[in-house]
Amino acid sequence: MSQTQMQTTSMAATAAAPTLEVRDLQTHFFTRAGVVKAVDGVSFTVGRGKVLGLVGESGSGKTVTGFSILGLVDAPGRIVGGDILFHGQNLAKLKEEEMRQLRGNRIAMIFQDPMMTLNPVLRVDTQMIETVLAHTKVSKEEARQRARDTLGMVGIPSPDERLKSYPHQFSGGMRQRVAIAIALLHRPELIVADEPTTALDVTIQAQILAEVQKLCAETGTAMIWITHDLSVVAGLADDIAVMYAGRVVERGAVSEVLDQPLHPYTHGLIGSVPSRNKRGEKLRQIPGMTPSLLSLPPGCAFRTRCPRAQEDCARDPALSELMPGRLARCFHPHLAAQGSAVRGAAAEGNPA
Amino acid sequence: MSATSTVRSAASVAAGEAAAPIIELKGVSKRFSKKLDFAGKIAQKLGAPVKDETVHAVDGVDLVVRKGEVVGLVGESGCGKSTLGRMVAGIMPASAGEIFWHGKKLDTLTGAEARNAKLQTQMIFQDPYASLNPRMRVADIVGEAPLVHGLTRRGEWDAYVDNQMRRAGLDPAFKRRYPHQFSGGQRQRIGIARALAVQPEFIVCDEAVAALDVSIQAQILNLFMELRQELNLTYLFISHDLGVVEHLSDRVVIMYLGRVVEEAPAEEIFARANHPYTQALLAEVPRIEARKKSFAGIKGEIPSPLNPPSGCHFHPRCPHAFARCKLERPALREIAPGHKSACHLNDAA
Ligand SMILES: Nc1ncnc2c1ncn2[C@@H]1O[C@H](COP(=O)(O)OP(=O)(O)OP(=O)(O)O)[C@@H](O)[C@H]1O
Ligand SMILES: Nc1ncnc2c1ncn2[C@@H]1O[C@H](COP(=O)(O)OP(=O)(O)O)[C@@H](O)[C@H]1O
Ligand code: SF4
Ligand code: SF4
Ligand SMILES: [Mg+2]
Ligand SMILES: [Mg+2]
Repeated sequence: MSQTQMQTTSMAATAAAPTLEVRDLQTHFFTRAGVVKAVDGVSFTVGRGKVLGLVGESGSGKTVTGFSILGLVDAPGRIVGGDILFHGQNLAKLKEEEMRQLRGNRIAMIFQDPMMTLNPVLRVDTQMIETVLAHTKVSKEEARQRARDTLGMVGIPSPDERLKSYPHQFSGGMRQRVAIAIALLHRPELIVADEPTTALDVTIQAQILAEVQKLCAETGTAMIWITHDLSVVAGLADDIAVMYAGRVVERGAVSEVLDQPLHPYTHGLIGSVPSRNKRGEKLRQIPGMTPSLLSLPPGCAFRTRCPRAQEDCARDPALSELMPGRLARCFHPHLAAQGSAVRGAAAEGNPA
Repeated sequence: MSATSTVRSAASVAAGEAAAPIIELKGVSKRFSKKLDFAGKIAQKLGAPVKDETVHAVDGVDLVVRKGEVVGLVGESGCGKSTLGRMVAGIMPASAGEIFWHGKKLDTLTGAEARNAKLQTQMIFQDPYASLNPRMRVADIVGEAPLVHGLTRRGEWDAYVDNQMRRAGLDPAFKRRYPHQFSGGQRQRIGIARALAVQPEFIVCDEAVAALDVSIQAQILNLFMELRQELNLTYLFISHDLGVVEHLSDRVVIMYLGRVVEEAPAEEIFARANHPYTQALLAEVPRIEARKKSFAGIKGEIPSPLNPPSGCHFHPRCPHAFARCKLERPALREIAPGHKSACHLNDAA
């Protein structure tokens, strides 16, 4: 059976199950200064052809989450708990050799800096052909054809000519598109994209977002799109997971979360976007600063900045389903008038 | 403070009766020459047709910034925003054209007047870390220039520094710390405190909030607006984030490949963009209000400023381009009161 056939059958068999399910992931760094709980209870699912927007401020654990899925966490970091189920297979328990077989093949990552993917001293064709040959048994000519087709897919004009260039001969936006093309070479079932357009211009970003949308719709690729830009998530993603201090604090469908955020942090984040404020007036802002992961306050990590905090927030809130399909980690969420249908989160673990 | 309700009133200065220009640019250009590398020089010696390349970073720009207004400067990466900002701030000379500061030619000023012009215009940069001396304590970063320029005396220096720090939202208790001991947002506040400590009237902000998270960004933007009110400041606000520009600018200037292509009051440009490039740019801005939108993207690459297209620089990507666009540079002309655009389509009507 050819590889594509194999993939198609396995996908058909599990059509209903999500491509990826992350359950209570914990990735800690054991540093001299103490244990940095960079990821400390992250759960989400991504379905076939769906885009999950993973948002949160810098240092909240987005990149470490992505690296954990790809098995790229290095010492002093380690996955210390939880499951990463890819079509039911637990990646957290996989041997490095097995993980390497998946990486770049059925699971791919796009980094913020395209030079993480590209080798500066190799021509683009050499890099792409090698990537194809690493995972598929095809002739060199077939590999070249696949590379050419994929470059065309990400909107690179005259791919033949481009294949002969070195990475430095491309503009930033072009380079990122080549890196994306490399991620797409094997039509992966899952792509983790870590802020791939943050450094790009609006017009180039739009081109890339257009390609990504087309890809997910056409090939059924599941995508995790990491960003701190809520506006990009609004236009691109189906679901959203909001991270704060290493944890997912809110999850749900994009339009519901953005229209009616439940968690005070999500609420504050959306409120501070300029277009959500009256032109020229003071922007709503979240007071205070991101806490250091080494000295988190006991209980809810957002407590010191939260306008709704009360005494019981000194205990740990659990991520609970407060409304159908809507999860948040909070004792006093923002709820619309209906009230009774919804309750605050249950406490998790011991009181502080 | 109760600045919020009155922030806009300062804008009426810009909108209505023309306040005096602080800075005026006439036909200003900046060229950088890229010297040949070693291999290039050898090739040239052997008779290959290579020569030093010239980047036209800024190409014949006219611009006026009046007292009390906030002018937003927008454009894609490499289009010349920072270069223009540096020339406006007087920290980089122009290759051609004239820059006037309060009506006087900037490069003819001497002595006290030249020093004053330098102090009155301050620049705040994107990367607060690269622009702060890592070996200096915050107190010295903020307080050195005011002392040198006689804005404060030894005996009052400590109190002066405390005040400047407090105004930028920094706890004076941190004054003996070094820049690396602060977060990104706090470092940006140090940059702001340093700029304001010399009591300027005009601030050039170059992507001053681009590197910050949304929540910190809101804090810094609020600080800019409060200080504007409190100190009657004028801003040239360089940003590629149209949401931010829309929020705080009175007037918006759009650049493409070294040239100004459109200029209008903020409300006007967001409601009635005239130039095809501005229209495309506005259409592509991701907005939190838009759900599952289908992105399109302007066709084609941003061309290299080393080798810009002829005529209208935008013609290879413009959906409305016609024969004349390739041949002739469109002039920036007024199409409505206060609204200028550089496009040949405006001649057709
Ligand atoms: N010192 C220099 N020497 C040579 N070329 C330069 C120099 N400074 C800028 N340039 C070139 O001038 C052009 C305009 O640069 P500038 O930094 O003004 O762009 P920008 O609009 O601020 O871009 P960004 O949004 O990326 O900050 C670019 O092509 C740049 O490479
Ligand atoms: N190699 C490492 N050693 C120690 N701490 C780390 C390491 N990598 C990341 N961290 C810490 O983990 C936290 C989350 O980092 P990251 O996932 O990169 O954040 P984000 O991508 O959300 O900005 C941060 O506090 C960061 O300092
Ligand atoms: S649990 Fe309490 S402190 Fe935490 S977000 Fe909810 S209300 Fe705020
Ligand atoms: S001058 Fe021509 S090419 Fe340039 S923007 Fe106008 S129509 Fe387009
Ligand atoms: Mg990151
Ligand atoms: Mg710049």
